Amino acid sequence: MKQIPAPLLTLIAGVVITLASLWLGYNHGLLPEQASEQAPLVDELFNVMMVISTALFIVVQGMIIWFMIRYRQRAGDDTDGIPVDGNLPLEALWTAIPAVLVIGIGVYSVEVFQEMGGLSPGSHPMMGHQHAAAVVAQAPSPDGQSIGGDTMPLMAMTEAEAADFDPQYGFGAGTSMMGNAPDVTVAVTGMQYAWLFNYPNSGIMTGELHIPVGKDVQLDLTAQDVIHSFWVPQFRLKQDALPGQQTGLRFRATKVGTYPVVCAELCGSYHGGMRSQVIVHTQDEYDAWLEENQVAQAETSPDVVAANLSKNSSMLPTGDFLQPYVAEMGITPEAIAHLHPPASEVDSAS
Amino acid sequence: MAQAQVPVETGVIATPAHVHEPWKWYDYFTFNIDHKVIGIQYLVLAFVFYLIGGLMAVAMRTELATADPDFISPALYNAFLTNHGTIMIFFWVVPAAIGGFGNFLVPLMVGARDMAFPKLNAIAFWLNPPAGALLLGSFFFGGAQSGWTSYPPLSAITANTAQSMWILALVLVGSSSILGSVNFLITIFFMKVPSMRWDQLPLYCWSMVATSVLALVSTPVLAAGLTLLLFDINFGTSFFKPEEGGNVVIYQHLFWFYSHPAVYLMILPIFGVMSEVIPVHARKPIFGYKAIAYSSLAICLLGLFVWVHHMFTSGTPPWMRLFFTISTLIVAVPTGVKIFSWVATLWGGKIRYTGAMLFAVGLLSMFVLGGLSGVTLGAAPFDVHVHDTYYVVAHFHYVLFGGSVFGLYAGIYHWFPKITGRMMNETWARVHFVLTFIGTNITFLPMHQLGMHGMPRRVAMYDPQFEALNKLCTFGAFVLAFSILPFLFNVIWSWSKGPKASGNPWNALTLEWTTDSPPIVENWEVLPVVTHGPYDYGMNVGLNGQVEPVEEAIAPHSS
Amino acid sequence: MQGSTVPSETSEVLIDGAMPAEAIAHEHEAHPDLRVWGLLTFLASESLMFGGFFATYLLLRGAAAQWPPEGTEVELLLPTINTVILVSSSFVIHLGDTAVKKNDVKGLRLWYIVTAVMGIVFLAGQVYEYATLGYGLKSNIFANCFYLMTGFHGLHVFIGVCLILGVLWRSRRSGHYSSSHHTGVEMAEIYWHFVDIIWIVLFTLLYILTRF
Repeated sequence: MKQIPAPLLTLIAGVVITLASLWLGYNHGLLPEQASEQAPLVDELFNVMMVISTALFIVVQGMIIWFMIRYRQRAGDDTDGIPVDGNLPLEALWTAIPAVLVIGIGVYSVEVFQEMGGLSPGSHPMMGHQHAAAVVAQAPSPDGQSIGGDTMPLMAMTEAEAADFDPQYGFGAGTSMMGNAPDVTVAVTGMQYAWLFNYPNSGIMTGELHIPVGKDVQLDLTAQDVIHSFWVPQFRLKQDALPGQQTGLRFRATKVGTYPVVCAELCGSYHGGMRSQVIVHTQDEYDAWLEENQVAQAETSPDVVAANLSKNSSMLPTGDFLQPYVAEMGITPEAIAHLHPPASEVDSAS
Repeated sequence: MAQAQVPVETGVIATPAHVHEPWKWYDYFTFNIDHKVIGIQYLVLAFVFYLIGGLMAVAMRTELATADPDFISPALYNAFLTNHGTIMIFFWVVPAAIGGFGNFLVPLMVGARDMAFPKLNAIAFWLNPPAGALLLGSFFFGGAQSGWTSYPPLSAITANTAQSMWILALVLVGSSSILGSVNFLITIFFMKVPSMRWDQLPLYCWSMVATSVLALVSTPVLAAGLTLLLFDINFGTSFFKPEEGGNVVIYQHLFWFYSHPAVYLMILPIFGVMSEVIPVHARKPIFGYKAIAYSSLAICLLGLFVWVHHMFTSGTPPWMRLFFTISTLIVAVPTGVKIFSWVATLWGGKIRYTGAMLFAVGLLSMFVLGGLSGVTLGAAPFDVHVHDTYYVVAHFHYVLFGGSVFGLYAGIYHWFPKITGRMMNETWARVHFVLTFIGTNITFLPMHQLGMHGMPRRVAMYDPQFEALNKLCTFGAFVLAFSILPFLFNVIWSWSKGPKASGNPWNALTLEWTTDSPPIVENWEVLPVVTHGPYDYGMNVGLNGQVEPVEEAIAPHSS
Repeated sequence: MQGSTVPSETSEVLIDGAMPAEAIAHEHEAHPDLRVWGLLTFLASESLMFGGFFATYLLLRGAAAQWPPEGTEVELLLPTINTVILVSSSFVIHLGDTAVKKNDVKGLRLWYIVTAVMGIVFLAGQVYEYATLGYGLKSNIFANCFYLMTGFHGLHVFIGVCLILGVLWRSRRSGHYSSSHHTGVEMAEIYWHFVDIIWIVLFTLLYILTRF
């Protein structure tokens, strides 16, 4: 040890720790697939924090272990240690470095947050009318009203209602969407223990979310009974669905595939079973799905839709995974039909 | 390594008439106003609750060994998760760290004969047993099932009777906490021996100042929130019922305004324990006394302005999410100062590998990880992804189990001789430490990955893809459960048969070590006079040898 | 671990072995009466519970379209009289405190009786208001707040009256209170001022603010 000068050792240690931290920060494998425009932003933020954390972790743990070994009491030595009780420059340094680091992370977080659309949760309603028009033009078949008539589809939000929906909280137009209207708007309702997805422009109601890849999607979130939280891990997005309040999520899916929709807020005994799926289609597949379901739902009465929701596994929000518990969970046709009235009339004591 | 077990038998003076008889075992079950009795009452009651809460955790981890809810019913699972959290926070860490060590140590450390308001102190303790009975009794009504956060509307529509009992239990322990904090503040501010300067106040007392202020500011707000919830459940009001003009998010603000500071209530006293244990067993002055004292106060102040980071995905506007991101990140600075100061205290020491020191260093190590994951959680964009997932569960178990519980163990090993008058067995302490350290990491480290990959918290059933890691966590939980046995055995054996402890088995410099072990009823026959700082180890070279004759003449004798 | 046959605590602590036992006992007894500090600390904390209610009230008010909702307006006359009574009682109770500082226990008793009566009149007025308002606790969100907050405050007034009656009860024993020994009197007074201050905030929020 004596041969190598201390500054050189420190330099080598610094380089090794930096390289190790950088490597771990980008190769930790802790994050799932990225499937939305926001995901890479969040992951980059995490990776940067991971690099810093790893470096700090190695340095501090290394010191602890080194000191524990180097300065252990030797047999027969009953004396005290070196009477050093402080060092102002050193203390200033280790106050300043973390302060700079956290301010840096803070500024970076704000930037990421803005790019994700966190600063403009309510940005879409102002364009409500345009967007309705845009989607109607694109939709292959007549809009929701044609199904409606005297038998209103359950929960189906009309265009007007969708235009009125004003998410106060959540994520809105990100930097890449600023000033545009969303391509697809879906009303999402959480209930014990299922998610209902409702396409106001086509009247489709389903237990799984279908969206086209690469399109700007707006989810309008509410809850019927208790607080739920809409989370798609692969999108890195989560927002509570609150009874009596309007929240929203806006994103672009970047990869075709099927991803889980998870309820992340404790909502009762079967909270863990409150799972669904989001299926990201290509535009063609999505159009086909839209057409098929509009025809199918136009021919069925709301009661049948409700019954289907609890029986048909493709419609069942929770998928096969929860099938055995559906009866216990109390998702019955009646319970779903009960959802028909707007939130304000549903008694919380149900 | 030999135990310090040679009691000082010299200089036994006839007990003066005004000295009280030592307490008998049954005195510990009565309304006793001696702060030391109350401290022991808190510690023992809290430990019993720790075991109960631990059994609930074992039941939950057993359930989670498989993806299906096949061991206990999901409703019972939710009752366990609610009460596990509630018990570990309100009936174990808070009463043990604040009520237990605080009551036992604060008067001894500041050189007072008792707390400022001894009767109030006893009342504060005796609010705890009925609160515990209410909580456990609620299981006859299904148990509260809406998490320790008890967000309405869920808490307002689930298991109403049990939920109301839960609320009353929390209001009782909250009142106890407020009364206790008044006592600590007044005792430290007004009853310190006159010869003790403020910069000679032991750091545990500084952390108790910060803790008490925090408890006094935040607890009543929780009481307000819980009162409103109680009225919503039982008296037909609609504060948190959106369909009648109420607002569910207001509860969350009231709750977290208390409950974020509550995490500091659980860690600040432990930071104090760290600052006591490390210098004694490293034989070094604490590094940066002032920095550590001020950082406690800084954490206390900043800790009041970070609560919304628990609500980044709730009904919170963008400015709030960003403001609280910044404030949360800033709290990392004073916490980092403490960590670095403790590490620097180790430098150049003569470190004894005692049970207390092992747990203190283990805490340091675990807390670094928990603190770093805490910083990542403070950043709103990332928190949105992992909020309410196992990543959060991993984080808070690293800081609360790896932090607070390790600190409580360190404190018990350190002050057990003072409290009971007997030494603990150090070999069993090491077995206990190794098992606990390994168990903690097996249980909680994989949870980071579970959360980030998509497993939400508070679930009795989960996606089968997570089963392998969950099995590992469950195995770790069994190791942890098992790790309690050497400790329990050690405590029971040492308390009854352990070697007698001298007044100052660790050669420590704070005032509690200047009296007998266990201290006599009014702590000292003659109040001590402070002439040195509490951590001046190695500062008077050769003093050990020189003062020996003087020591024999005036040392407090052991009984 | 090192054996500790040589404890070093004395390097730090010098014990004045010369101090006689009586002196110790005296010193022990003599620690200053800290109850007033204790009460002030407690009340600072207690006020934050009201703070929680006030914050909730303001948030709910801010979110409501109409506040108070149709049909739950408050009346002003009686509460204003009540406010005048309660606020002036704070001055009256101070007269009692001034009296005892001059060793005038009679004066103390007189003014404390007057304060207690004023407190009871306030409570009676409150009950009368409840009975005549025409809406109850459950009527709507404003009524929820109104009854909870005034009720919780009323509970504090009731406790304050009990404290004052307690002081009066103790003052029967001659020599219990004197110019040098009147912590109990002072504590009752401080508590009463606290109740008063809370009421002023409450009155502003619940009565005056609803008029604008």
